[in-house]
Amino acid sequence: MSLRAAAKAYPALLRVGFASAVAYRAEFLIWMFSTNMPLIMLALWAAVARSGPVGTYTQAGFAAYYLCTLLVRLLSGSWVVWELTMEIRQGTLAMRLLRPLHPLLAYSAENLAAVPLRGIVAIPVMSILLWTARQQLGHDAVLWLMLVPAMLGAWLLTFLVMALIGTLALYVESAASLFEAWLGISAVMSGYLVPLDLFPKAVQQVALVLPFRFLLSFPVELMLGKPGRVEALALLGAQWTYVAVALVATNLVWRAGLRRYSAYGG
Amino acid sequence: MRRTLAIVRAQLRASVAMALQYRVEFLVEGALAILWMAVALIPVLVVFGTRTAVEGWTFPEMLLVLGWFVALKGILEGAVSPSLMAVIEHVRQGTLDFVLLKPADAQLLVSVAKLEPWRIIDVAGAGLIFAYAFAKLGRTPTAGEVLAALAMLLAALLVLYSIAILVVSIAFFAVRVDNLLYLFQSIFDVARWPSNVFRGFLAVLFTYVLPLALMTTYPALALLGRLRLATGLSALAGTLVFAAFARVVWMLSIRRYTSASS
Repeated sequence: MSLRAAAKAYPALLRVGFASAVAYRAEFLIWMFSTNMPLIMLALWAAVARSGPVGTYTQAGFAAYYLCTLLVRLLSGSWVVWELTMEIRQGTLAMRLLRPLHPLLAYSAENLAAVPLRGIVAIPVMSILLWTARQQLGHDAVLWLMLVPAMLGAWLLTFLVMALIGTLALYVESAASLFEAWLGISAVMSGYLVPLDLFPKAVQQVALVLPFRFLLSFPVELMLGKPGRVEALALLGAQWTYVAVALVATNLVWRAGLRRYSAYGG
Repeated sequence: MRRTLAIVRAQLRASVAMALQYRVEFLVEGALAILWMAVALIPVLVVFGTRTAVEGWTFPEMLLVLGWFVALKGILEGAVSPSLMAVIEHVRQGTLDFVLLKPADAQLLVSVAKLEPWRIIDVAGAGLIFAYAFAKLGRTPTAGEVLAALAMLLAALLVLYSIAILVVSIAFFAVRVDNLLYLFQSIFDVARWPSNVFRGFLAVLFTYVLPLALMTTYPALALLGRLRLATGLSALAGTLVFAAFARVVWMLSIRRYTSASS
């Protein structure tokens, strides 16, 4: 299938995905509310900061950090790994393989289509909440501009890692558990639970080279105006390098995996 | 009563046998349980790297709360949710008929239908956290304190179970509620902090409306010998009222069930 045909089909797929997100809006909202860990962490840190700032973070600083974290998490989230592992196990992946469109492209359209609706719900709420902590946000317009490719990179990297681990279900049974392990490590190393700059220096050094930071912490850092312009550009380069690596890896694993795939139940 | 116990025993044996078929799963889930325990501990370690106490809780005291949280979460996700998740599926497919036809209480049958025995690892992990915390505190709890803590734990479990039953009862009115149970599981995460960490609206919500924060705070206070008798007794009384309410709602909901096939 040519790339041109895929490009033609993609907008239609996005419309379908958006329509289905709207159709199941109650469910959609409930899933959004299930992402509440940043608020729980905020409650703890707000209690800690009542007796004075921690590092560079005051109470308002923590509020800004965790609200931005929640926003980035909501807008960069995907669910492809669960769908993929289930469809491989149940054999329904065969249906997708019959269609003249790469299944991973179809998945990406479905997952991407949910982002606008999440934005419509999350951005106004977050903006109101963030208004009280607006002093904490970055003031450099260039960094805010860089947020666009950084968010796209974060979404892509999240999706590709999920697709990669989900594809591993073609080889091993416990791909979903593998992803859970990824989630656990990622919760710590991506700044989801604790801002990375509050970790001991040694842990920070490790977190800097791992890909987890680019899933979440990096866009948040941009919103809070933490890095300088040059540093931000370097980080953006690193993020997209990881995206490229993940893309190639997913492709290789997918192709090799399909060769050994025979739908269960025939 | 003897018959009830026999039913519970038979159901539990069946679900344990079912789960033990997947032995590799046991290892994988065990490794994951340890990982998630570490993930739960890390923020607390970071916090106490900068402070000696948070809202009057020192590090080992906070560990007690976290220990109860790990244990309760393990029980919730290992023994309560899997069964009730199955009820929702039964309602949707109309197979609840087979449960209702059996000559035993339906709520009892569905509540012990499915177990994930490997979540016992969480409870063991909680034990380790307690051991470490008490070593740091330099004291051992008295028998009375342990008993009080266990009573509070039982109350917490009963409340958790009742909330889950209420959520499941919604399945008789609205079809897709499996994600409502997930939502509840994710909200349960607030129980990892002592209740006085929360302020304002959240404090009211998690103390009176959805008493999640108390579920781990009260057993921890009991272990420290700081729980007032009156507080403990009123918590127990409130729990019983709430459980009775959940039971009534379940009975009313089940009356609305009409098999999907008819």
